Amino acid sequence: MARIELKEVRKVFHAGKPNEFCALDGITAAIEPGRTTVLKGPSGSGKTTLLSILGCMTRPTSGRIFLGGREISSLPERFLTEIRRKTFGFIFQQFHLVKGLTALENVMVPAYPLGEKREALRDRAMGLLDLLEVGHRARTNVEWLSGGEMQRVAIARALINDPATLIADEPTAHLDSRLSREFMGIVRRLGNGGKTVIIASHDPIVYESDCVRDVLPMRDGKVLGEETR
Amino acid sequence: MIYHPGVMALLLGSTLTSLMLLYSGYWGLAIVRGFDIRSGSERQLRLERRTYLVSTVVAYAFGFQLLSFFLFLFTADLIHPLFPGAMCAAGVLNVNRFGYPALLLKCVNFLLAGMWLILNAADNRGFDYPLVRKKYLFLLAVIPLVLAEAAVQALFFLGLDPGVITSCCGALFSRERSGVPDWLGGAPPLISLAGFYLGVAACLGAGLHYRKHGKGGYLFSLASVASFLLSAVALVSVISLYVYELPSHRCPFCLLHGEYGYVGYLLYAGLLGGGVTGAGVGLLTPFRKVESLAATLPSMQGRLARATMALYLLFAAVSTLEILLSGLRMELS
Amino acid sequence: MSWTGKQRNILDFTLSSLLRRKGRNAALIVVYAFVVFLLASVVFLAQSIKEEAQAVLREAPEIVVQRLVAGRHDLIPETYIDRIRGIPGVASVKARLWGYYYEPLSGANYTVIADENFPYGKRTVVIGNGVARHLPPLVGKTMPMRTYSGSYLFMRIRETLSSESELVSSDLVLMSVDDFRELFRIPAGVGTDLVLSVRNPREVATVAGKIVEVLPDTRPITRAEVLRTYDAVFDWRGGMIVANLIGALMAFVIFAWDKATGLSAEERREIGILKGLGWETSDVILMKFWEGVVVSLSSFFLGVILAYVHVFFASATLFESALKGWSVLYPNFRLKPVITPYLVSVLFFLTVVPYTFATVVPSWRAATTDPDAVMRA
Repeated sequence: MARIELKEVRKVFHAGKPNEFCALDGITAAIEPGRTTVLKGPSGSGKTTLLSILGCMTRPTSGRIFLGGREISSLPERFLTEIRRKTFGFIFQQFHLVKGLTALENVMVPAYPLGEKREALRDRAMGLLDLLEVGHRARTNVEWLSGGEMQRVAIARALINDPATLIADEPTAHLDSRLSREFMGIVRRLGNGGKTVIIASHDPIVYESDCVRDVLPMRDGKVLGEETR
Repeated sequence: MIYHPGVMALLLGSTLTSLMLLYSGYWGLAIVRGFDIRSGSERQLRLERRTYLVSTVVAYAFGFQLLSFFLFLFTADLIHPLFPGAMCAAGVLNVNRFGYPALLLKCVNFLLAGMWLILNAADNRGFDYPLVRKKYLFLLAVIPLVLAEAAVQALFFLGLDPGVITSCCGALFSRERSGVPDWLGGAPPLISLAGFYLGVAACLGAGLHYRKHGKGGYLFSLASVASFLLSAVALVSVISLYVYELPSHRCPFCLLHGEYGYVGYLLYAGLLGGGVTGAGVGLLTPFRKVESLAATLPSMQGRLARATMALYLLFAAVSTLEILLSGLRMELS
Repeated sequence: MSWTGKQRNILDFTLSSLLRRKGRNAALIVVYAFVVFLLASVVFLAQSIKEEAQAVLREAPEIVVQRLVAGRHDLIPETYIDRIRGIPGVASVKARLWGYYYEPLSGANYTVIADENFPYGKRTVVIGNGVARHLPPLVGKTMPMRTYSGSYLFMRIRETLSSESELVSSDLVLMSVDDFRELFRIPAGVGTDLVLSVRNPREVATVAGKIVEVLPDTRPITRAEVLRTYDAVFDWRGGMIVANLIGALMAFVIFAWDKATGLSAEERREIGILKGLGWETSDVILMKFWEGVVVSLSSFFLGVILAYVHVFFASATLFESALKGWSVLYPNFRLKPVITPYLVSVLFFLTVVPYTFATVVPSWRAATTDPDAVMRA
């Protein structure tokens, strides 16, 4: 498990063009391993971009990122992706499950490029679905799942490569209060199992949950401080 | 002449390959000039994405080069009845002065494309694209050769005049003449056979030494190139005789015919494949000191060396089998 | 974590992905297969006819000697036979009598051959199928032929040649030597040409050369030359059609490129998700590669099989006339199926290569979708 450090990270989109937009404006922060951190802030504050950068999905325009002491800011995509695959699991705001595939197949997709034997992969995927109590829907196409079931499948998918860190972007945006609390329950279980969890949300159910250790409030591409519980 | 479907296929294929490589050369130039791994700017990200395109294009071009090499030989072979004096591809290639150069260029481009792909694979292992500039400069150097090949091939086919009387392989590769194909076929059998086996042995020896001690990459590469040349000479001047069971039929092309069990494919696969991988070892050796490659390069070279030895052994084994099983008994002098 | 395992997984995903978008991919495969079908039909037909012609010509005489008068073919005196027999290497010499007869009622040209050993005697003929089909209906068993003297010979039709030999015998009329000479007013002692056989096949060219020396007003034609000419003609004809199909090929390439570029929103989203889940650009390019392989192979096989059926069972109705030539007396013959690895490679080069190169850039563009974009969707 590794500590993620950001030093003066900036991210600019459409540089030099009329619609140039600075999403992150010099972020210096650190994410401690084994704890649950929430990035709190309204939309447009740069939470999603910061998640992208933390999760090695994009490179910063300037600034440095360290993962476990090793600088990864200028790694080419190939290596970044490898690190990301091993270290991070993503849960997107819209779940983004592949329509037309079953829940089980969706969970297996991230592991395909690794060339693992399908039987072993399938067993592992089933195990995760059972862990999240959606095993009975494994062979159903994802279009037919309820919101809560889709969320659990998305979580299972994020866990297929056994990453140390889970990243979730506005996970409760499309869920009612009951399901939101259920989600945080799952987060608590994962946190207790030693996983690092980073969540971006402006939902109080999330950032006021007692399993959350650190909260980083954000506004206009900057981190305004750090609250630790 | 151009209207033969095989000829049209070859011309179309080489035109497309040239166009695609020119396109990738344009981007290669942009990459050589503007690539900066430390930058996170959008331009840099776009250039990094472009590298994928170039690799993909060259990989496809490599594949098609190999196929077109054999298609070229086959087409030349097929149209031989149209040229008085020609009994196989050898004669057709001799009809005008572009035939053998076209074949040579095809062979060279195949080897170069293979070497580029090896260099590219090595570069991709390094987390800071250490070889990117050298790689694309190499590509820019290869592109004119590919264009030349397309042009020469076209000139060859356009200039095929059925009125010209050409020679057949028996005369072309004989010991008496002098000219392009003749240093291939003109070598005395015993010497070229000896040279061939010595070459393979040297290559194997250098390879084993290299794998055991991890040193001597250049030596191995040199040995593999020497072995390649000696094997090629031996193939035409000695081995083919045993395959055809005729002491005067020296021809590198008839080996591909069905009547000889298509043994030519195995032999060429071994020879050309080994040539690429062996040269690849030497190509990578100067970069062992590069920090980002230091960990992965030796194992890569090791695998290439092993492949080379295996392929040359295949070539040697098939050749030896052909010699032993042949109905021909020659007094080698 | 193996290479084959990875290929298998990605191929699996590709297949399921193709099946999920059946409509669009079906359209592409249909067009692709059609292009392959067109090219393959031409190529198969040309190859088959070439081989048929070669098989037939194998029975042709090694050397045919014609007499020329001011560059035009004239009758050849039988005295030349002895002069030629004297040339070393000649095994046998014989005169042939044959010609063309034009029948104004059907507009057809018959090839008339005088057979020395004609079994049926005077005023009888043996005809080929094509002739039989075009006889004026009222005639029945008798065929009137107008001689060059203006009179008519009423020939009784004794036999029709079998359809097995139709390719060569369709337009034939066989008769006795006397009838022939009367029909065309050719006196005794001259023939249409001479045919020879040579003892050693390698000496054919030398013998031909000597004939010209001994008889300067003749033109020897070797079998090899004839074979070569036929080869060239069919190659040329086949090639002309293929060249004309380049237009279709280009349209197909543009279509393929357009389809690959115009990725549906759904496909783009899916690739974004894959990238977001940890698939590298090279993994997506690999997926696109397998997509190309599956599409190309299916279309290729479909097109080739349809072409095979078209040519060898339906006699290539679409391209017949261009390749077989124009004639009233078309032989009806079944082509012998011929399909060689060489032909398949040529077709591959003409279709799969352009398709691949048309889709390289669009596939790459799709594969380099920013995973970031999926976060913001």
